[in-house]
This record gives sequence, C-alpha cells and structure tokens, in this order.
Amino acid sequence: MSFESVCVIGAGSIGSLCAGHLGRITAVSVLVRRPEHAADLNRDGLRVSGKSDFTADVLAATDPDLLPEPELIVIATKAMHVEHAAGAIAGRFPDAVVMTIQNGLGTEDVVARHGSWPIISSVTFMSGTKESDTHVHYELDTATWMGPYHQSGTRLETVQQVGEMFARGGLKVEVLPDLRPAQWSKLIFNASVNPVAALTDLPHVHLFARRQRDTDLGHLMFDLIEEGKRVAAAAGVELFEDPWEMNSRAVEQGSTHDDEYAHVPSMLADVRAGRSTEIDFILGSLVREAERLEVPAPLSEALYRLVKARDRSYDV
Amino acid sequence: MRIGVIGSGAVGSLFAAHLALLDDVETWIYDVYQAHVDAINADGLRLTGVGEVHSHPQATTNAGELPALDFAIVATKGMHTRAAMEDTAKAVSESAVCSVQNGIGNEEVIAEFVRTVIRGTTFPAGKLVGPGVVQWDTAGKTWIGPFEPRPATMGQVHALADILTRSGMETLALEDARGAQWTKLVFNAASNALCSLTQLPHGRAAINADVRWVMDEVIREGKDVAAALGIEMETDPAELLEESIGVALDHRPSMLQDVLARRPTEIDQLNGGIVRLGDEMGIATPLNRVAYALIKGLEASWKL
Repeated sequence: MSFESVCVIGAGSIGSLCAGHLGRITAVSVLVRRPEHAADLNRDGLRVSGKSDFTADVLAATDPDLLPEPELIVIATKAMHVEHAAGAIAGRFPDAVVMTIQNGLGTEDVVARHGSWPIISSVTFMSGTKESDTHVHYELDTATWMGPYHQSGTRLETVQQVGEMFARGGLKVEVLPDLRPAQWSKLIFNASVNPVAALTDLPHVHLFARRQRDTDLGHLMFDLIEEGKRVAAAAGVELFEDPWEMNSRAVEQGSTHDDEYAHVPSMLADVRAGRSTEIDFILGSLVREAERLEVPAPLSEALYRLVKARDRSYDV
Repeated sequence: MRIGVIGSGAVGSLFAAHLALLDDVETWIYDVYQAHVDAINADGLRLTGVGEVHSHPQATTNAGELPALDFAIVATKGMHTRAAMEDTAKAVSESAVCSVQNGIGNEEVIAEFVRTVIRGTTFPAGKLVGPGVVQWDTAGKTWIGPFEPRPATMGQVHALADILTRSGMETLALEDARGAQWTKLVFNAASNALCSLTQLPHGRAAINADVRWVMDEVIREGKDVAAALGIEMETDPAELLEESIGVALDHRPSMLQDVLARRPTEIDQLNGGIVRLGDEMGIATPLNRVAYALIKGLEASWKL
C-alpha cells in the first residue's frame, strides 16, 4: 500500500514540516482554521528552508468536505486542539490511517473516540519555526519515532509504510513496534527536568542529579521521577530507559561537570523569554494520567500548578 | 533601662524608633550598614507611612561601643543571626534577648550565646528606603513569651511588653508564644516561597487557583507539624492568607524582593524549619520540601 493522498490537519511548525516534505512525493492537502491561511497556501505553496530547501504545492481548505479523500491523516495541531480536529473528520474517510504527533500523552485516545481508524502514535524530536503562513524554517532534523497504537488494531507493516514515505520525503524516522516505552521514558524525563529548570532558573546542570545534602535538588528530581514511574507502571508501560539514568547521564557532560555548557531546557528558555510553556502537554499529561489511574502524584501536581502560575505572571 | 536593637533593617528600625521616644529608655542600635548608622546619629531615625515617627536612638557599627543592655531585640535576617550574636555577645551576655525575626531556629542560635531568651513574633512591616528612613507599610501586634530551653521570667517578658506597648508597638506577653510564631511561620512559608517561585505578588498569588492549591497544602502540612508539637495556632494561617488578598494584592513579600535582587533568602527558617521539625516529629511535609528544594535551587542558579 502506498499513500497517494495525505491530509495534514494543523499547519503550525510541525504540521508545515510534515506537509511540505510529504508534498514533495505525494498529493498533500492541509486543513487549517483561517480562510486567509488556506488562500495563501493555495496561491504560494509551502516553502521550507533550513535543513531542507524547497517549495511544495499543497491543497489547503478550512472545510474537510472540500478535500480529496485522504489515505493518511496526520493530526499536527497542539494537543488541546486534537479534540476539535478529530471531531472535524468524525464519520469521514473510513479507509484512512490517522497519525498523531503531539507532545505528551493521550491524544490517540481522543482520536479513537471519534472513529475506528487505525492510529499511529508518534513523538517527534524535530523542530522548526514558522516564518509566515507559507514558510517554515527547518531547524533540528532529528527523528520522529512512530509505532502502532495497538488498541486501534494498527499493523506494524502500515507504520513501516508511513515511515518509508516520511523518509522518502526527507524526514528522519524510526519505526518501533511499541512506541509507549520510549514515549513514556522521554515524557517522565521531560516532565521532571523542564519544570524544575523553569522554576529554579537552572540549566540542566549536575545539581539535578546530586543527592548528598538534604536540600540537594537531586532528591526532588528523584522523587518526581519515582512518581512518574509509578504512573507508567499503573498504565502498564515498561519503560525503554530509566528516566533517572537519563537525567544522571545528561548532566555528566562527559564527566567534565562544566556547567557553562549545560543544556537550557525548552521550558526554561520559554520562561526566560516570557513565552507560554508546554507545561500542559508535558507534566500536565502525566498529572492527568495519574488522576485517571488514581495514582497519587502530589509533587508533579504542585510543580504543574506552579509552572502554570509562572506562565501567567507575565500578564501582571 | 537600656535596650539595644540588633539589626536595624525595616523591622529593627520600627522598634528602635518607637523605643527612642521614651524618656526612661536609652535606646541603642547595632547594625553593619555604616551609612544608615551615620544618618541615624546625625539626623535621627524617621518612619513614614502608617505613622510618622522621628526619634534619636544611638547607633553604632562597632559592637564594642555598646553598653551593657537590659534587653536586646534581635531583628536581623535569619542567616545573619549567628554573626550578629558573635559580634554583640559581650554587651548582651547578661541581657534578656528577644528575637522578632521570621520563622524558626533563631532563638536556638541566640540561646547558644546568652542565658535568657524571649521568643517573639511581629507583624508590623516596612522597607528601608534610604539611610535613616523607613517606609512603614503595615501596623500590627507583636507577641512575646519565654523561650523554654533558656527562658526569661514572665516578669521580664511583661516588662518588655509594657515598654514596647508604651512606645507605640502593641505587644502581648504570653506564657507560650509558639502559637503566634507558628501562625506567622506557616503563613510566611506559604506566601513567601510560592510568590518567589511564581514571581507573583502576594494577593495575586493567593487568588490564583493553582498557586492557592499549593499554598493550602503547605499550610496543611505546617498545621500538622504544629499540632504534633502541641502548639495551638494564634490564628488560622489560611485566614491570614485570605485577609492578605485585600491588603496586599500587589505587595511583594520580602523573599520575592530578595529573589529579584538575588540575595540569600530566609528559606532555611521558613519552609526549611517546617521540614526539619516535621522530620523530628515524624510528620510528612512533601510540599514544604518541594518549595525548600526549589528555592535552594534558585539560590544556586545565581552562583553559576
């Protein structure tokens, strides 16, 4: 099976990167919210610069009835808009495969409530910046990991075909038989490092793994990660990597302990720049899973709420 | 009667300025801030705001110049208590020494240096706006009582309370002043630490549902520790928090001021104190511990 018609819903930076690259090798339509965005894309095409450099033709619309029948639908909106996106295609395109590509967890379930499509889970490490409605700059060309969402009966072969198409379009891909162990390891790691960095103004330095004195930050990191691991266990997920080891390894910096070169996590960069953070999709999704599974996670809940409040402080 | 105020920031200055109004009290100030001391000796100490006071305490940066004192009032920030006591030990060794500092742990340090200690908690607040001048922001009461391991007599506690009240700083003498101390401790642990982490002013933090959730947990843990210690709160800290929304909507608590200026905070005496006593009593204090670790992390970020 090859996918001769792909529909991308949402044309932020990740949606634009997918639509542009896939548009080089197959017919791509884009479902967007604003009529002028659709009109501009239909007139100018979609330009990609940076790690790739080309302009692809796409067919854009604000109404799914105006789009050709897609064989693959990529939902690339922010997590909180997946409900609306999946609602827009409910009852349509019964033969399509649907792929979710949000940060955090749980968007596959949202899609599954709206139809019986086979669903592909994915987590992407690539990044880009929207220069305009018709131009995306491709910054980090790191991989997108994808795997079957088993509850929807997706076959691994289908994911491999989608993965091959992404690769032919020029994107980096890794296909995994079960995405959840990697997805959750990354989630728990991110859900601890990012909020602690955002609240302490500390880059990801060795203090995050130090547990000598009672007040050392490593204790808090360890306890947060333990909460996340309990939530993962309750969800039936066996982790791909231990997030505490990911944390310890990341701060080793080749054992130089040179804090000058420490990574500034994206959430700290957002706070420093006065931008709103992705807390709802990262720690928020873990807190929601903890609630759903009735696993106590008071430390995660407290940090989630403090970062949310920190976001709002720019309005004061 | 000779009374010395050790540490003359906003709170110390409020006490010293009032005491120096009394004819029967010789008031001394010890502080390391030379310009403030010089201004007080040249032009007196001025309070403006909720009350106007202008008086003439004697001030010095040289602890050797202090005469033997009947009472001393310690008003430094918590992290400076030890250094201040080391400096002034000679003048205060026979005095009844009263802490009016934030949080807990200060009386313990003072008791390492003197035999007679008074536990104190004060609510009036302000800020030092320049040498010799303090903006007096809020009025309020002060509660004092014997510090059990090295207690002052109730006679001494009453004598100090009467002098302070006569000077214009309403003070209550109590057999057990821990209730007032823990009321303010728990209130401060909730407001100061969480305002600092979210960078929201006092009232705005308390009306934010997310911050309030964390504040309520910090308060609940603090009350649990107090109950385990057999301490009866003077007022419910949650009520104080609710009241503060009206009177301190855009007020930046002292710890937030410290954080914005990148100065060391009093977290060890506030959430750190609740965590320490909680550990001793076997009471879990997970969210005070979170606040403690995050503020320590924030302090560490200034040294990178």
